[in-house]
Amino acid sequence: MAQLIAPTSGAIAAPLQSASRPWLAAATLCQREWVRFVRQPNRVFGAIGQPVIFWLLFGAGLGPTFRLAGEDAARLSYREYFFPGALVLILLFTAIFATISVIEDRREGFLQSVLVAPIPRWSMVLGKVLGGSLIAMVEGLVFLALGLTLGLHFSALMLIAIVLLLTLVSLALTSLGLVIAWRMDSTQGFHAIMSVFLMPMWLLSGAFFPPPPTEAGMSWIPWCLTLAMHLNPLTYGVAGLRRLMYWNVADAPLPLDTPQLSTCWIVTVFFAVAMFALACKIAGQRTTGDMP
Amino acid sequence: MNHSPAIRVSHLVHHYGRRKALDDLSVSVARGEIFVFLGPNGGGKTTLFRLLSTLIPLQQGEAEVLSFDLRRQSAQVRSAIGVVFQSPSLDKKLTVAENLRHQGHLYGLSGSQLRQRAAAMLDRLGLSDRARDRVESLSGGLRRRVELAKGMIHYPDLLLLDEPSTGLDPAARSDLWNYFRTLRDDQGVTVVLTTHLLEEADKADRIAILHEGRLVALDTPDALRATVGGDSITIQTSDPSRLASAIGVQFGREPQVLDGFVRLEEANGHQWIARLVEAFPGQIESVTLGKPTLEDVFIARTGHRFWQAPSDGTAPALAR
Repeated sequence: MAQLIAPTSGAIAAPLQSASRPWLAAATLCQREWVRFVRQPNRVFGAIGQPVIFWLLFGAGLGPTFRLAGEDAARLSYREYFFPGALVLILLFTAIFATISVIEDRREGFLQSVLVAPIPRWSMVLGKVLGGSLIAMVEGLVFLALGLTLGLHFSALMLIAIVLLLTLVSLALTSLGLVIAWRMDSTQGFHAIMSVFLMPMWLLSGAFFPPPPTEAGMSWIPWCLTLAMHLNPLTYGVAGLRRLMYWNVADAPLPLDTPQLSTCWIVTVFFAVAMFALACKIAGQRTTGDMP
Repeated sequence: MNHSPAIRVSHLVHHYGRRKALDDLSVSVARGEIFVFLGPNGGGKTTLFRLLSTLIPLQQGEAEVLSFDLRRQSAQVRSAIGVVFQSPSLDKKLTVAENLRHQGHLYGLSGSQLRQRAAAMLDRLGLSDRARDRVESLSGGLRRRVELAKGMIHYPDLLLLDEPSTGLDPAARSDLWNYFRTLRDDQGVTVVLTTHLLEEADKADRIAILHEGRLVALDTPDALRATVGGDSITIQTSDPSRLASAIGVQFGREPQVLDGFVRLEEANGHQWIARLVEAFPGQIESVTLGKPTLEDVFIARTGHRFWQAPSDGTAPALAR
């Protein structure tokens, strides 16, 4: 056994009390997320693999029978319709994987040392959420490149706008994931919430199918569906991406009732801010539940 | 030199639901001492550790850490103390150096200052050649050293450790205590730790014994042992209560019956053994004579054996 104490040489620096630097703390926690992600290749593969497979399989399987209501019916393939939805699915999966890690951090003990560090809780939340969003963004951009196969053309301005919108959606989803995961003690519990809450939220965002056209005398099931889709904040993220994909394209093949771009921006900004604030509030409460 | 106590808690009460974990606890730790909170599991020491480390909020009572009010100045407390948890707090996917770098950033250190400190900590703890290794590849003893380096990276005035010897072999445990003494002697750091190991508490400057959330003893190990009269005699017999009452009748003593053994504390224990064996031939299966230990102190103060569950008397609570 090696001697624990190496001979101490000379004078030891006087103890110096450290000042709190919340932005540095957020940056370091964000960087940690990224390093952990890169060191677990199956995570990289899983988060992007499944949406790509979904996109190809659903595109091939549903393509022949998919018809949009209205006059644009014939011009939009299902693969093209599903593209922004699959992109948001990548963000959702990555956000989920990133925030599940808070459960692992708690169980494996890393979190406890962050909780007693001299930093405000918002900086911890920011680090975690930024880390998750950064990962989601990179995966999203890789997928976006597949859009070239659809004949999409990306201008620089359009790319910037898409990246900005993807960032906001990622921030909202990672914050939402953190809100759900913060008090959980097992990843199994999180998977249950994911199946009954996060996946339906994605399904009802216009990612997978458009809302049924509103018409007088429609029965209550499609009416509820339409209502849910209009109330779902993720709908506006998907719609915003769909509109940005056809930036400056005259006569773009958009489903009926696609919200205006300005509405999409406003709702998505509000979604991200609200979810981040909620995550800070929930993580800010010091309780016995913080114990590992 | 600051003469205010490193830690001062008064009338602390803490509940988990209806269970009382701390019951009117008042204690003061001086600066520059190695102080141990000793107690069986469930005695309240981990709750105290969590309160002092700011992990959980105070419920009732007052507490000061390095002259900062724990309730109102927890941010200052956090900057000034180093915390080492019982369960590991390292990120196993990161290297030793990366763990230290993140920890330094959380405590506001950066740049060349952080690099120098990390290098110095690794050097002092004999970890320099493992800096680039991922934590998951290290042994338990080495991980504990990294935890120490992490807890000390910001040069705190007070190091707070929860059961730091758990899972360490005797050599590593001895190294750990050498490090505590170096911290105390060279840097004047106050080292406060919790333990359920009697032999570990014996190495401390002062010990507070906690039992069911209350302070039952507080002094140096020698002074505590001196409070137990003379030698301790432990007798194994088939009918302990009958033997105890017989000793009471014949010698006018009050032996205790604990865990199936008869216990006596007497000066000149060796003479008593001869007398007892002569007086009760055939009844005594074995006799043990010992100098008083901290366990004897615990027994004298609480009426319980250290490893015995307090109320139901079932199997010893060895594991958490």
